[in-house]
Amino acid sequence: MKGLITMDDLTNEDILSILDDAARLLPVARGKTYLPLLEGKILGNLFFEPSTRTRMSFETAMKRLGGDVVNLGDVKTSSVVKGETLFDTIQMVDGYTDIIAMRHPRQGAARYAQDAARVPILNGGDGAGHHPTQTMLDLFTILQSHGTLEGLTVVLAGDLRYGRTVHSLSHALVRFGCKLILSSPELLRMPTEIIADLREHGADVIETEDLLGNINDADVVYMTRIQKERFADEDEYTKVAGAYKLHDRDVANVKAEMIIMHPLPRVDEIHPSVDSTRHARYFEQAFNGVVARMALLCRLLNIEVPAEIHGGEA
Amino acid sequence: MADEHNMRRVTAIRNGTVIDHIPSGQSLKVLELLNIARDTSVPVSLVMNVPSKKMGSKDIVKVEDRELTQTELDRLALVAPDSSIAIIRAYTVAEKLEVNLGKEVRNVVQCTFSNCITQNLREPLPHRLRVTSTDPLTLRCHYCQRPQDLDELIHNLL
Repeated sequence: MKGLITMDDLTNEDILSILDDAARLLPVARGKTYLPLLEGKILGNLFFEPSTRTRMSFETAMKRLGGDVVNLGDVKTSSVVKGETLFDTIQMVDGYTDIIAMRHPRQGAARYAQDAARVPILNGGDGAGHHPTQTMLDLFTILQSHGTLEGLTVVLAGDLRYGRTVHSLSHALVRFGCKLILSSPELLRMPTEIIADLREHGADVIETEDLLGNINDADVVYMTRIQKERFADEDEYTKVAGAYKLHDRDVANVKAEMIIMHPLPRVDEIHPSVDSTRHARYFEQAFNGVVARMALLCRLLNIEVPAEIHGGEA
Repeated sequence: MADEHNMRRVTAIRNGTVIDHIPSGQSLKVLELLNIARDTSVPVSLVMNVPSKKMGSKDIVKVEDRELTQTELDRLALVAPDSSIAIIRAYTVAEKLEVNLGKEVRNVVQCTFSNCITQNLREPLPHRLRVTSTDPLTLRCHYCQRPQDLDELIHNLL
C-alpha cells in the first residue's frame, strides 16, 4: 500500500490490523504515555479547503507520536492563488516531507497527487469523492461499541449525495457484510454509480426517505448534515431537513446497544437532548480521529506499532 | 454483394486506410476522433447510411495516402468498437487491423465530470479513463472514478 486514497486501497485484513494498532495506541492518543514512533518524520498538511477536525487530528496524531507537521496554510496566501498546479505543489511538498495529508475541493485530486508524489498521500477528502481516513475512525468507533464490523444493520441518513464520508463508509461496510439502509431526501440520494458498486459487492441496500421508521432495528445510525445551499429555497430546505433530525424521544424504542454517529459539525440534525443518552457516540468518534490517524501514519510510514504499549489503561 | 456495391460508391483508393462497419451516422465523429476533419491536405471519402448485412446500415470512411497507426485506430473504439480497418497499398489490402481499447484510454479524451481534477488543463499528468466493460462499453476516470457518458465524451477529445 503506497497511500490511502479510497477504501479499495485496503483489504479487510489491513483494516482490522490497522484498527488493532489503533486500539493499542489509545493511551498515547490520550497523552497518558509518550511513544515517539514517528520522531524525525514530517507530515505535510495540505488543506486546500477548510477543515477543523481532520486537519487538527492529523496534526495531533503526528505530534503525539513525536513527529512534526508543516502546513500549507491559508490557500488564499499560498502559491495556489498564483495559479500553481496541484502537480507542482505536490512536487515541492514531496521534497519537504515524509507523508502528506490532503483535502482538495476537486474530486480525484488525491489520486492525482498520489500519482505525482513519491511519498504516501492520505486522502482527507476530495470534492464529493472519498474520505477514507474518516471511514477508518468510523469503523474504529463501531468496532469499539459492537466488538465486530460483521453483519450489522447500519442506517446512513441525511445528505448521501454530496457527503463523502458516507461514500467511503458504505463501501467499507458492505465488505463486512453489513446491511445498509440509506435514508435521504430524493434530491440527496446516494449517487447511482455508488449504489451499483455496492450491489455489485452483493450488498443488501435499501433506499428510503424515511428515517425514524428504520432506526428501531438498527445497530448504527449515522447522521450527516444537510446543507442549505443544496436547495433552491429556504422553505424547501426547512421542510426536507426537518425529516432528518433525531431527538431523545425518537430513540425510546431502539436497540439498547444502538449507537448514533455523526462526522460533525452538526447543525441541528441531532438535538442536544440525545447527547446524554447511551446511544450518542459522536464525540468519542471525533476523538477516535486521532488514534485512527496515528495507526494509519505508522502503517504508511512502515513503522511497526509495538504489540504492547505500557503507561496507561486503554 | 451489398458490401461490394457499397465499397464502389466511391472510387477505390490507391494507398491509404479504409474504415468499414462504422455504426450509421458515426462517421463524422470518426473523422473528428482521428483529427482528420481539420487536415485539409488529406483526400477523404465518406459513405453514410448504406445497407449492411451485418449491421443493417453502416458508414464507411476512406482516407487516402495516410496509414493510420494502431494508436489512432484504438481511439476509434470509443465510437465504432466493431469497425474493421484495412490498410491499402497499390489498390490491394496490405494489412487488416482491429480496434483495441485495452485496459485504459490515455490522453485521448478528458473526463466529463465538471469537478474532476483533470478539468484544469494545465495539470500535466495524463488524462486516464479505465475501461470497466467492453460490451457495452463503459469507462471510468482513473482520478475521480466517475462513470463517463459516451455521447458527452466525444465532445471532450483532446
